[in-house]
Amino acid sequence: MAALLGMTLVQVGILLFALPAMILTFTLGLVFLYPPAVRLVRGAAEEARSRVGAWSGIRIASPYLPEPAPPQPMADGLYRYERTLYRSPRIPAWNARWKWLSTDPATWRDLLWLVLDPLVKLALLPVLLLTPAKGLRVYGQWCVLLLSATRTSVLRGQLTHLHQSRSIAADSQAAEMRRIERDLHDGTQARLIAIGMTLGAAEELMDADPAAARTLMSKARDASAETLTELRRLIRGIHPPVLAERGLADAVRALAMDTALRVEVQVDLPHRPEPPVEAAVYFAVSELLANAARHGDARSASVDISSDGPSLRITVTDDGLGGADPEGGSGLCGIERRLAAFDGVMAINSPPGGPTTVMMVLPKVLPELWSGSLPRLPRWKAVVVALCWSLAWCPTFPQGLVAAVFKTFEIPEKSWFLALYVPEPFQWPVILLMLALGLGMYATAIAIPAKHNRDRWMAEAPRRLGLG
Amino acid sequence: MGNRVLIAEDLYLLRDGLVHLLQAHGFSVVAAVESGPDLLKGLVELRPDVSVVDVRLPPTFTDEGLQAALEARRRVPGLPILVLSQHVEQLYARELLADGSGAIGYLLKDRVLNAGQFVDAVRRVAEGGTAMDPEVIAKLLASNARREPLAALTPRERQVLEAMAEGRSNAAIAQRLYLSESAVAKHTASIFAKLDLAPSEDDNRRVLAVLAYLNSR
Repeated sequence: MAALLGMTLVQVGILLFALPAMILTFTLGLVFLYPPAVRLVRGAAEEARSRVGAWSGIRIASPYLPEPAPPQPMADGLYRYERTLYRSPRIPAWNARWKWLSTDPATWRDLLWLVLDPLVKLALLPVLLLTPAKGLRVYGQWCVLLLSATRTSVLRGQLTHLHQSRSIAADSQAAEMRRIERDLHDGTQARLIAIGMTLGAAEELMDADPAAARTLMSKARDASAETLTELRRLIRGIHPPVLAERGLADAVRALAMDTALRVEVQVDLPHRPEPPVEAAVYFAVSELLANAARHGDARSASVDISSDGPSLRITVTDDGLGGADPEGGSGLCGIERRLAAFDGVMAINSPPGGPTTVMMVLPKVLPELWSGSLPRLPRWKAVVVALCWSLAWCPTFPQGLVAAVFKTFEIPEKSWFLALYVPEPFQWPVILLMLALGLGMYATAIAIPAKHNRDRWMAEAPRRLGLG
Repeated sequence: MGNRVLIAEDLYLLRDGLVHLLQAHGFSVVAAVESGPDLLKGLVELRPDVSVVDVRLPPTFTDEGLQAALEARRRVPGLPILVLSQHVEQLYARELLADGSGAIGYLLKDRVLNAGQFVDAVRRVAEGGTAMDPEVIAKLLASNARREPLAALTPRERQVLEAMAEGRSNAAIAQRLYLSESAVAKHTASIFAKLDLAPSEDDNRRVLAVLAYLNSR
């Protein structure tokens, strides 16, 4: 209770500064007052979010839009903000900041909350005093109303994240392409030219000096063998053939056999993930095993790959020296970049002296329903569908539509139409009920298989689109 | 030893080249197929004296050829098959050697460039021997590098071990390393003693013992 009181006092203090500051900003243009005022209000709101979380267990995430990146100079050294160019980064930075603070709906919601909050507290005072637990819950609900994230801010946060991971993926792909180009250009291409020249020389010498021609030919053959070896190495770096031929599990097993470590491999996946995911995991495991052997002086390691619902979970443990540092080794950074393309995260536990455990999680990279694992239409559903199809005509046509026609034109014939036998006031309701029943049965008969097929289609979609 | 050979390779140029190469060396080509299902049918029905099989074949272009070879050897134990690939994997080598019956080869496609050695390997497999690519053996030895007995071998013994694991006879090893055959025999005896393996006069059984030893990790 004392904390609540203290919070209120601080809030009122902040409000006494922030409200006039904001008013002065927008009336007299004293814009320099605006950022500190917003900062203070945000501080109070953040404080309230964490307090509410502690008191009532209601978690409120920060709703603020991500801070704008510092302005980047263009090629000519000038800084651009919308349609104006500036010599120094200060004005664009201020503009971006101003826009960031003033267009964020959370700024205004915070302020509204700050103004109203003391009044709400006052109104809740009796409840808070009588049943504090319940009162705090109600107070938490009030805070959720204005302090939680708006849909816009959630979406914008996701958008920023996507932008970042996309540019990381694009960058690393471009770098990879450059590396391949360089290898092909400096290695393979140059060697092929050399082979061609050697063969040309051999051709010229063929008549004059057959022995020398023969020597040259065997040199060309050796060179072609070397070129093949180099190409093989290059291909292995792009996409290991065994991964394409056998999938992740066997590729990791093959990898384990090629290292000098004793590696135990456990793969528990009902089906193969998509090829890009497989490649990312393969290279991550490859890098980690190489690190363990090279830097960690490990003797044995274990690799565990399993699915956790739609998430892929990879754990690599080794008995090396430990002390692996993601900041230091560029290899670990490379893994993080590769995983980032799939929103994957990596956690490293590597105390000095070992052992090192690296855990990677790639969320939602596996289909929710594995293709083929979705059962056929359950028997009871199939029976329902069959019954609906075979019986729906009865309530719809004779008992519904035809009875309605008879009733409308007041044909005296009653035949076997149930509705015409009941007392007059119930006749129309019974007809409508029959119609509704019949149409409902048709709808059910169509909807059950359709939903089932849709689930199945969604599960198989990646495979069908050529991704699986 | 018969000389009926089956060839499975999807690239026309290479298939044609293999046919000509083997015909020139006295083999008769009974079939040259280009897909996995055709291969399995040919292997089981024709029972060629030796087959040269590419790992990657249509329709899936994964490890069709390898799977067909393994399946055929399950149905016809000891059917001599030489597997060719653009890359070598210890994993595949182990699978091919797993039944322990010999008459198996696993070589990089590059080895075709050296016609003499390649035909030699085909003959060895046809006779029930083994032909392992030097690169497979190098990988096997590298991944066994930290094992005590192997580290205790002298460099010469290591060379002999490598050649032996590739499936070569004492005579061939002697020729390659410029040693006398009795010197090679002495080295192999010493290697077997150091690795604690039962010595064997039979070339083929000896190779399988060494490969089994290297694979037992």
